[in-house]
Amino acid sequence: MQVNPIHQFEIRDLWPLIKLGGYQISFTNSALFMFIIVTSVSALLIGATSRRAVVPGRLQSIAEMSYEFVADTVRSSAGTEGMKFFPFVFTLFMFVLFANLIGLIPYSFTVTSQVIITATLALLVFFIVVGYGFWRNGLHFLNLFVPKGVPKLILPAIVLIEVLSFLSRPVSHSVRLFANMLAGHITLQVFAGFIIMMASGGILGWFGATLPFIMVVLLSALELLVAFLQAYVFAILTCIYLNDAIHPGH
Amino acid sequence: MSDARENGDRGKQRTDEAALSARLQRLNEGLGHARDAAGGPSDSPDREQEQAATAAGYAKGFRLSSELVAGVVVGAGIGWLIDRWLGVSPWGLIVFLLLGFAAGVLNVMRSAGLLVGTALDEGSRQDPDR
Repeated sequence: MQVNPIHQFEIRDLWPLIKLGGYQISFTNSALFMFIIVTSVSALLIGATSRRAVVPGRLQSIAEMSYEFVADTVRSSAGTEGMKFFPFVFTLFMFVLFANLIGLIPYSFTVTSQVIITATLALLVFFIVVGYGFWRNGLHFLNLFVPKGVPKLILPAIVLIEVLSFLSRPVSHSVRLFANMLAGHITLQVFAGFIIMMASGGILGWFGATLPFIMVVLLSALELLVAFLQAYVFAILTCIYLNDAIHPGH
Repeated sequence: MSDARENGDRGKQRTDEAALSARLQRLNEGLGHARDAAGGPSDSPDREQEQAATAAGYAKGFRLSSELVAGVVVGAGIGWLIDRWLGVSPWGLIVFLLLGFAAGVLNVMRSAGLLVGTALDEGSRQDPDR
């Protein structure tokens, strides 16, 4: 019995919508899960804040905790001025967090394991940083690439390196999230495949199958941690990059 | 002879380690005093801070691993594009790959918090004729 660990990342058309310039635009399983994510985040937050109790209930506590958590992250890495980007960062964090967590449910689709999704999010952050940086600081934004106190002789090389470093941000930003989710889910699937392979080998195989089963249980716990951690990393990096747009003088 | 030297080295190492651990202990004591002086009656916020520091440590570790690769990949990509557009193959790739490595190291140092503005300032003050 063979299990294909890549099969879970396959994008399937659920129903075709239109044809645009030779490309088939369809409502895919990825789109369906993004819809589920946005709906569940909205439902959670709207439902949690509808009662507005002074002493929060369970649901309201979750909403308040996530607000406090993201607000602290934004304040500590982008300053109080960064709080104007709080809605953006909070949306990103909740979307990525729910995408990661919902992806852990068996038979579901992990939206963040597609590099196109994470790259789109990272590029969105990148262009907001560039746009807001130029809008707020004008050409002073370019000071970001000119560190102070560098000797004139090596300044051109330093500026080139700084520009490259700036351009590499969306790459590391998106690849980190995507690679973590992809690798984690493949590992889970491979170990789950071991269980089936061993269990099909008779009574001795059933005993052998407990080993990968324990691994799958442990890995699931690890994946839960990774799911949260990667959402946090994505949010905190967004804050750090936004901080550069707000204060380009390092 | 080499044995003797090794022994000597080891002895020196041991004294170094002893000095280091003594220093660490002294620092710890100093920190404890400072904490006692500054800290409130409960140590729960302290522990909370510690937990936050652990989470931040994980985040930092994940971050560093991909920063270097991103720098190199972007450098190589830009070099390859320049080669294709300007037809200066393979110089664009060579130069920008090296610059990409430098950018990757810069990314790592910056995200590790090793590079603050003052470090460069001090460097230029030490040899001002360059």
